[in-house]
Amino acid sequence: MQYPPRRRQVINAVMLTLTGLCTLLVVSVLFFILGYLAWHGAQSLNWDFFTKLPAPVGQTGGGMANALVGSLKMLLLASVIGIPIGMLAGIYLAEFGHGWLSGLVRYTTDLLNGVPSIVMGIFVYTLVVLPMRHFSTLAGGIALGIMMIPIALRSTEEFLRGVPNSMRESGLALGASKAQTVFTVIVPSALTGIVTGIMLNLARVAGETAPLLFTAFGNQFWSKGINEPTASLPVMIFNYAISPYEDWHRQAWAAGFVLLMAVLLINIVARVVLQRGRRVSR
Amino acid sequence: MTTATQTGESVEMQPSAASMKLSFMERLRKGDEAAYLITLCAALTVALITALLAQHLWANSSLSRHQSGWNFLWSSEWDPGSEIFGALPFIYGTLVTSVLSLIIAIPIGLGAAIFLAEMAPRKLSDILTFLVELLAAVPSVIFGLLGIFVLVPFLTAYVVPALRALFGWLPIFQGAFYGVSYFSASVVLAIMIVPFIVSISREVLLSVPASQREAMMALGATKWDVTWHAVVPYASRGIMGSVFLALARALGETMAVTMVIGNVPDVHVSLLSPGYTIAAVIANEFTEATGDLYIHALIELGLVLFVTTMIINAAARLLMLRFKVQEVNA
Repeated sequence: MQYPPRRRQVINAVMLTLTGLCTLLVVSVLFFILGYLAWHGAQSLNWDFFTKLPAPVGQTGGGMANALVGSLKMLLLASVIGIPIGMLAGIYLAEFGHGWLSGLVRYTTDLLNGVPSIVMGIFVYTLVVLPMRHFSTLAGGIALGIMMIPIALRSTEEFLRGVPNSMRESGLALGASKAQTVFTVIVPSALTGIVTGIMLNLARVAGETAPLLFTAFGNQFWSKGINEPTASLPVMIFNYAISPYEDWHRQAWAAGFVLLMAVLLINIVARVVLQRGRRVSR
Repeated sequence: MTTATQTGESVEMQPSAASMKLSFMERLRKGDEAAYLITLCAALTVALITALLAQHLWANSSLSRHQSGWNFLWSSEWDPGSEIFGALPFIYGTLVTSVLSLIIAIPIGLGAAIFLAEMAPRKLSDILTFLVELLAAVPSVIFGLLGIFVLVPFLTAYVVPALRALFGWLPIFQGAFYGVSYFSASVVLAIMIVPFIVSISREVLLSVPASQREAMMALGATKWDVTWHAVVPYASRGIMGSVFLALARALGETMAVTMVIGNVPDVHVSLLSPGYTIAAVIANEFTEATGDLYIHALIELGLVLFVTTMIINAAARLLMLRFKVQEVNA
């Protein structure tokens, strides 16, 4: 601060440029990833990818239809498990909870959120796969479902806390019970936020690979019901990328492109809706 | 007596009338109780799952824990064929890659966070922040895919020769380079954790009270003076917190690292040699592990990872207590 003003302005300009360059570097990585995958992925993508089973080792061609369906099935299972538990627990923390019990729930949620995804895979392996004695879609869905819980919980709690207290009071003043107020007034008014939070959550677990390696495992064929091992898009990308076959690399690019597009599209839609909602509520 | 019966009657009358009313109130109250209990159950489920997770990791690593005790952590031989399990190569690899990735990511991440929170015009900052958050959403297997086919060839062709020319006399840059290495894994990790450092540090910086800035601006300071002398020192604990969160993420990161680290269970001083991490060895060997001791050793590695990330996450939360950061991002 003892420097002459001129020098301080130069330092300011230099640091503005440097920090700006840092930002540019980070953002350009995104565009590089997008561009590279669009270029390589779109070239490798064809109709077979969406409709055919993987080709046997050594043959070219084939697709990943079973992996697409497997991923969707597991995401559905994960939603059925993760969303209700996460949302209800979030409602508990925001509307009913107090004292040491909420403290405990908050603490364990943070803990669960911080569990590395590979460790979640081990946990579900010992919890589901060992007793059932085989890999299954169910185990994969449970692993992803548990991973959804902490974020579903925290986003629900956060959006409910954003609802002004006057809404709660006016609900109660009209003679509604607390439960009625919560479920007919407060949750609906926070619904946009909660739903977009769930979409972001789904996009996040859709790309998870590590928890599926030894829960859903993989499958070269269709997997019936939820009791058989199943292929999934992220695990296929991993297996095909580390394989020695040129044609499998090509398909890994195609699958990577499809996965990235799905994840980013959901992210963009959810975040835009969220921003708009915030602007309206302000 | 009569008065007593009369009052008795009136007392009896009142409860019946009241119970008519109460039954309706009760139904409402029961709705309250039901809602309370249902949400409570969901909340307790979360606590239960976490407890189960810790218990399962503990119980299913018992064989390995009894066999080698604490020695497991610092014995460096990993030979599943002869049932010798030492975790040092994996712990070493995990620490080296995580720390190196932080060294790369912190300056860039902090610079970008300062730019977005303090230096850039609001509209530009909003758009760039949006893009950084999108980068954070890219699945890790995609980073691994690009790591194998783009980053490793790039490092081999340009970066490593340059590093060798400049710092070749350091032992950490000597030895053969095959592409897959601690160094490649660290660069991929750095790219993956930068968005977290940026978006969390940015929110920490934004939550610094405006009075902190205004006081200094009133003295005629430039934007950078204000940022460096008034905002960053105030936010330093929160920034440390964001670094700890990023560290926890780097320690547990699996897929991208598995694809570029080389998967060799040795301890090497050179950053250019192939190595292994805890998460990578679990990913690679878990389904192929034969024998209970082998599986238990891998699960014990998972336990080590779980406890480490738990401690680091707790430290991060403590550091960030003062700052408002959106939970969805953290």
